Amino acid sequence: MMTRYSIFSVVKNALTGQRGWQPAWRDPAPKPAYDVIIVGGGGHGLATAYYLASQHGITNVAVIEKGYLGSGNVGRNTTIIRSNYLLPGNTPFYEWSLKLWEGLEQDINYNAMVSQRGVLNLCHSDAQRDAYARRGNAMRFAGVDAELLDREQVREMVPFLDFENGRFPIRGGLLQRRGGSVRHDAVAWGYARAADARGVDLIQNCEVTGLRREGNRIVGVETTRGYIGAKKVGLAVAGNSGRVAGMAGLTLPIETHVLQAFVSEALKPLIDTVVTFGAGHFYISQSDKGGLVFGGDIDGYNSYAQRGNMPIIEDVAECAMALWPAIGRVRMLRQWGGVMDMSMDGSPIIDHTGIDGLYLNAGWCYGGFKATPASGWCFAHLIARDQPHEVATAYRLDRFATGRLIDEKGAGAQPNLH
Amino acid sequence: MRITCPYCGERDVREFSYLGGEPGPRPEGRDADIETMFEHVYQRPNPAGPIREYWYHAAGCHSWLIAERDTRTHAIAAVTAAADREVRS
Repeated sequence: MMTRYSIFSVVKNALTGQRGWQPAWRDPAPKPAYDVIIVGGGGHGLATAYYLASQHGITNVAVIEKGYLGSGNVGRNTTIIRSNYLLPGNTPFYEWSLKLWEGLEQDINYNAMVSQRGVLNLCHSDAQRDAYARRGNAMRFAGVDAELLDREQVREMVPFLDFENGRFPIRGGLLQRRGGSVRHDAVAWGYARAADARGVDLIQNCEVTGLRREGNRIVGVETTRGYIGAKKVGLAVAGNSGRVAGMAGLTLPIETHVLQAFVSEALKPLIDTVVTFGAGHFYISQSDKGGLVFGGDIDGYNSYAQRGNMPIIEDVAECAMALWPAIGRVRMLRQWGGVMDMSMDGSPIIDHTGIDGLYLNAGWCYGGFKATPASGWCFAHLIARDQPHEVATAYRLDRFATGRLIDEKGAGAQPNLH
Repeated sequence: MRITCPYCGERDVREFSYLGGEPGPRPEGRDADIETMFEHVYQRPNPAGPIREYWYHAAGCHSWLIAERDTRTHAIAAVTAAADREVRS
């Protein structure tokens, strides 16, 4: 039985020497079979398991994770949440995700430090302001909050940026106040604990090595801890989607790329929102621990290495200096990489695979973290009811063959441009 | 990462632009069916391990190159000129 976290549990444990805390989830051995197996114990997999249990009453579920829970991209991203999308296929999905973020902590009884500090996209030219006005209007039509700010309104929010930069003067910005950041590890831990409490088995250090089929039906997974049967299997393995789907003989419209992220030494509070540079790929915020958290482009070549190369580090540092010269006095503390499942139109896939009982959740590109709650919600809906959720109907696997792409950037089938 | 161009020698990766894994020959668009074109355009090589891939020496000799690289380590085993490749059929 899950101990409920509250102010009373904090005070009670403070008075008893912090000896009363229990592990947040069990460490069960795999059972011979489950109704549903989710492959991948990251944010999306754990959220899926939680919503299977809480929304659909399906609790005979295992999450199979090759490492430890949250060891992949859910702990490697830059923690931003937002729903400032343009296209009809995306807007309702990401807005549903933001709504779920807004109620997440109460729902799972876990402090994920959801902070709606705003996401501010800067524009540097009249043309870019027009593009942001269009995006903002599309968002407002869809019931999403968006405000177009002029330069002085931006200056009020973030006066320390380089507004008079010779090449990239700041002309204004598109602000989504409901956007912000979330403590990403807590998302994995919170979903894990809440799923475990509803009977989901979280099986760590257990790598899936094969998907067993009988005819066109999936019947279970081969793992490093033996065979486990399943009526349904859902894949939520991010950068390894191609590898794992390949075990079932599938080829996916996905390339795996490395994306780097960065954090500075810890500083006093310096920036209280999330700012994105409009003239290069760069965005920055500050964690509650004080580090400036920032990121940029993927390295641009296929990679499963979880580490990147110097050119992107230099590019990100140059963007930072163009936007905010004072940052040159700050030391970079850490830099790391995660492997992204870059789809061919920059949008995700939540769909059947064509193999009975095998479901796919993949193609999250840069955008996986903010999508975590809705991804889990919609994937659980698909697995439980065999029908796509109404906000995820566009995320079909066959859309590349039918021409119904969701290409926010209009970049075409070139993953390193999305 | 450094790439050894067969014409220019060992150069920094930022001199090159990337296309992706080597696809099969391009189907004849007028005759090919949707499935064939879909396979060619969208179903790209994505191995965790050795890959044959196209790089363009944009800030050098303007040659298209094929690198044999391991996507798990970024180690490059060989680089050859794409013009010398054997066209698979």
